[in-house]
Amino acid sequence: MRAMVYRGPYKVRVQEKDVPAIEHPNDAIVRVSLAAICGSDLHLYHGMMPDTRVGMTFGHEFIGVVDQVGSSVQNLKPGDRVMVPFNVYCGSCYFCARGLYANCHNVNPNATAVGGIYGYSHTSGGYDGGQAEYVRVPFADVGPGLIPDWMDDEDAVLLTDALSTGYFGAQLADIREGDVVVVFGAGPVGLYAAKSAWLMGAGRVIVIDHLQYRLDKARSFAHAETYNFVEYDDIVVHLKKITEYLGADAAIDAVGAEADGNFLQHVTSAKLKLQGGSPVALNWAIDSVRKGGTVSVMGAYGPMFSAVKFGDAMNKGLTLRMNQCPVKRQWPRLFEHIRNGYLKPSDIVTHRIPLEHIAEGYHIFSAKLDNCIKPLIVPTAS
Amino acid sequence: MTYTAAKPQNAETSEQLRARIPGWGADLDPDDRPSVPRERYDPGATGAHWDFPERQPEKWPRERSPEHKFLTPVFGTACPPRGVSGAIRKYAYTYSEGRAAHWLLLIAGDRVDAIENHLTSLLTLHPDNPITQTGVLSEFTRHGVRSRLGQRRTDLKHQALDPVIVVGPWIAAGAAAYLTLRKLTRGSRRG
Repeated sequence: MRAMVYRGPYKVRVQEKDVPAIEHPNDAIVRVSLAAICGSDLHLYHGMMPDTRVGMTFGHEFIGVVDQVGSSVQNLKPGDRVMVPFNVYCGSCYFCARGLYANCHNVNPNATAVGGIYGYSHTSGGYDGGQAEYVRVPFADVGPGLIPDWMDDEDAVLLTDALSTGYFGAQLADIREGDVVVVFGAGPVGLYAAKSAWLMGAGRVIVIDHLQYRLDKARSFAHAETYNFVEYDDIVVHLKKITEYLGADAAIDAVGAEADGNFLQHVTSAKLKLQGGSPVALNWAIDSVRKGGTVSVMGAYGPMFSAVKFGDAMNKGLTLRMNQCPVKRQWPRLFEHIRNGYLKPSDIVTHRIPLEHIAEGYHIFSAKLDNCIKPLIVPTAS
Repeated sequence: MTYTAAKPQNAETSEQLRARIPGWGADLDPDDRPSVPRERYDPGATGAHWDFPERQPEKWPRERSPEHKFLTPVFGTACPPRGVSGAIRKYAYTYSEGRAAHWLLLIAGDRVDAIENHLTSLLTLHPDNPITQTGVLSEFTRHGVRSRLGQRRTDLKHQALDPVIVVGPWIAAGAAAYLTLRKLTRGSRRG
């Protein structure tokens, strides 16, 4: 089969790989029909995630058709169209039994602090991902869900991570009616978080970024008030000014490890790998939210330490909430919102790239060329 | 205002927002949201029909965190450790996730892995190609200049470092090859 393969920082190629095999009785092999590049894939692409091995296939956002199932699979059969959450999870451990599907304890031998994620380094379990023609899907009776007949493929693939994560991030922000919510980052997760904040009754939604074309999208897609932090000496002070010096009730970090806005923070983390991530957006979130407010962290960070302003968080009495999203918990409600016309996930898709050209796809997304917001990957076989 | 008890007013009321924004307030009740409460004990809801999953065969000694009691029943089988990078990675897994040594060794292993694979690719019919593999040609087809010029993008301050990261391993590999060749040549002259 053809598959994207990592060749070292900033380098990927497409090459022949063996079609994955059933390795466990509850495995399925899925023929991928559509995949995506996630902003967090860029952390792997840039060599930031420890134990990212040359030869690995990335991709934790994908949908497809079941090709084979293992002997114990009961809920799926070959030919089923499925959407696969980015979480690999067993459904039966302490954490899964409590709904914490992103924190499964039975799928990642490499780390206890991280659950299982498709195509996301050995630190996330060493599973090949879906930027390929075929992918192994463990626990086929637990993770994958059938794609409803009425749902577009592009909407379905965005439900496997980006939309679910943005919606989850808004929930962690604990939004109450009339709250002022500030979202750092106008990438896919930030756009969805901003949109979701309205569903939860926000009274004002503010989005911060430095890419004007993404802020334009935040206004049109998420009805948000936007500010380009490059235009202000100090974005935290500006946020205080526009909230009568109170600060936002809740802040959502939808940027994560490669945040810009502070050269030293960015270079020490994204380039020199001396921090788990550049906490610029997280620190702005801590400083711009009001005392007693909530910070929701959806941005992905590496497992190393980062220079986060915990003193300010403590002194302000903040609630910091975070996790990888337990995707499947979000689906029933998100299906309703899509059917009701409240959300149209595929409105943020900007590029549809054949798998064979995935190296260009990574470069376009990484370098923010061509007003790229969300690139989808179309495998050769589909 | 902030210095008195009242909360600053928003520009729009809930009614105005409900009229302007599709779905406003559809999830208004904080207790009726999919991830509330965070932990909801319901083992029957996942589709799992086992108490503990059957174990996947271990085809090679699978590296694992010492914070795990045993090898997890299911695991990824991509890219088994090999070469010098594999040795570094196996050693890294003797340290717990709480130790910086664990992560720093893994990052060092990643860099060695990239160099090992670049060098060995040169001996194959499909050598690494930094032009096609970086996708840099899309600079010409996807408006590389227009995407940056006049945009006041703050990431442009550090994008100049990216080529150093890409080319660096090639320079290191070239230097290593040159030094090795020179040593071998000198050795054969002496012989």
